[in-house]
Amino acid sequence: MSLKKISKNQPKTFEFNIQSLKEIEKAISNYPKNKEQSAVMSLLYIAQKQNDNWIPLAAMKLIAKTLNMPYIKVYEVATFYTMYNLAPVGKYFFQVCTTTPCMIRGAYKLVDVCKKKISKNESMISKDGKSSWLEVECLGACVNAPIVQINEDYFEDLDPEKLSKIIDKISNNEKPKPGSYRGRLSSEPENIRKTLLGNKNA
Amino acid sequence: MLKDEDRIFKNLYNDLGADINSAKQRDDWKNTKEICYKGREWIINEIKTSELRGRGGAGFPTGLKWSFAPKEVGSRPHYLVINADESEPGTCKDRDILRFEPHKLIEGCLIASYAVNAHICYIYIRGEYFNEGQKLQQAIDEAYKEGLLGINASDTGWDLDIYIHYGAGAYICGEETALLESLEGKKGQPRLKPPFPALIGLYGCPTIVNNVETIAVVPTILRRGGKWFSSLGRAKNTGTKIYCISGNVNNPCNVEEEMGVPLKDLIEKHAGGVVGGWDNLKAVIPGGSSMPLLPKKICDTIKMDFDACVENKTGLGTAGIVVINKDQDIIKCMARIARFYKHESCGQCTPCREGSGWMWRMLERMAKGEATRDEVDMLMDVTKQIEGHTICAFGEGSAWPVQGLIRNFKDEIIERNKFDPVIKQKKNVPYLVDQHLLEKENA
Repeated sequence: MSLKKISKNQPKTFEFNIQSLKEIEKAISNYPKNKEQSAVMSLLYIAQKQNDNWIPLAAMKLIAKTLNMPYIKVYEVATFYTMYNLAPVGKYFFQVCTTTPCMIRGAYKLVDVCKKKISKNESMISKDGKSSWLEVECLGACVNAPIVQINEDYFEDLDPEKLSKIIDKISNNEKPKPGSYRGRLSSEPENIRKTLLGNKNA
Repeated sequence: MLKDEDRIFKNLYNDLGADINSAKQRDDWKNTKEICYKGREWIINEIKTSELRGRGGAGFPTGLKWSFAPKEVGSRPHYLVINADESEPGTCKDRDILRFEPHKLIEGCLIASYAVNAHICYIYIRGEYFNEGQKLQQAIDEAYKEGLLGINASDTGWDLDIYIHYGAGAYICGEETALLESLEGKKGQPRLKPPFPALIGLYGCPTIVNNVETIAVVPTILRRGGKWFSSLGRAKNTGTKIYCISGNVNNPCNVEEEMGVPLKDLIEKHAGGVVGGWDNLKAVIPGGSSMPLLPKKICDTIKMDFDACVENKTGLGTAGIVVINKDQDIIKCMARIARFYKHESCGQCTPCREGSGWMWRMLERMAKGEATRDEVDMLMDVTKQIEGHTICAFGEGSAWPVQGLIRNFKDEIIERNKFDPVIKQKKNVPYLVDQHLLEKENA
């Protein structure tokens, strides 16, 4: 089980904006009647997106009211799943995968880069206020290891220099390109591909 | 090596595009109507003939699973749920299917829904795969637009709606009953089985849960015939499989190969060999982190299918092959896997919640050489106490890799951890449970 710290600075109130309300309506309509509780995970995401990538307690209360379920049930879900941030994170949220397949391809060197260039500790917002980082478990792109997820995008086949450059780009307000940083298109074997060769000329 | 024409996922590397027009050129959606017109019985029998086994890890025969769904729809609707919560370390096959072959999955959903009488299908995607989910949603929208989904989907007379549900970073939601709990808007803690989801699943209704790859191969099997699929591989281990080869290889990759392909071929031919040469190989995790590792001796000859792996005291699992060479510290690698399980335990059953952390802490000390000799046996004992004493298979998943390590590399652990047992050192360690033994004279 993961430990989650709830932010001490909580806004008193939280309201969904019009965009979010539209998304909420759509999310609830995905489930059968009287089963709107199923939408709780989507609503937490919507709240997180609206509120700079973290969920305040007031939002959970509002979600409970919207879905007609006890507040504690929403709280339970929000604390169980790791992707709900219950305290502020950077605008650029780096998630470094360090599980074994990434680890043996040098993921901890990427952690060192994050420590040096973003902040000394996990979940601590950098000096320029833009980024924070977190060590996470398997992101499910093991053949492109080591990987870092920045917000929604995967940055694959990294090494310390490449990650440094990505962080520099973000500091300079540029948008780094997601995907492989060794020029791979997907998960194909680099240079020695032996299968589906006919496709290339198709 | 498998011939290209026998590969099911022709767009595995995205040479051809994932949109509906490119997919149609690869024969997706070609005769869905005719397939469904042949009837449920025929579909299920054809899948049974193909001997397709679930690709999510457990290897349960898919045709059999479908036949468990009630034949007639009673007062409760049926559901089809696709498990795309791919989080097993070493596995990344479903990601490529979602990105590059979404129409194979969607068409499979329609056929499978028809076979099990479901009008609603949920695809549960792990939250991290947000971009992959968006691509799948795009494909679903395309299919709706062409009338391939929705009311009278593909002219089959069957109505089907597909919805995507995003997870939020919990490995345990890949367990089918935890996944259903999560779909119902609760925390993902597995349910006791029986009752099995086929009878009482989502919202208490009959539910069939299948892995992405299982469903994505269904249309091709029905088009080319169950006999074709079962002619690949060997009996009970038929067809093709996407293998993910990661870790210390020169060219890590995903590749679709025939069942029962030799492990050495996969590593040497497709993945460019072990870093430092085959002799530099230390061990291989053959099926995602929860399967026990294999020492080099077995890697030389083993063939990758369900039964051959079981014969070698491991499992094919999800076919996520993690190659570990001699430059790595094998104990540290396993300690990191133990940490993964400690982090992901849902906390419902005590042996798993407490045991997974215990195993991790012991392995960390063993990696540093701070453990005592007798702790190796204690660690083995802890794994035995977890295994088989939990609601779901997570207990086994966390215990087996540690057992695999001890079984194959016990000498190495003991060599590094030479301390006498604490009891002999007569050290005063107040938090040790057997402290009272020190007080006895003859201890």
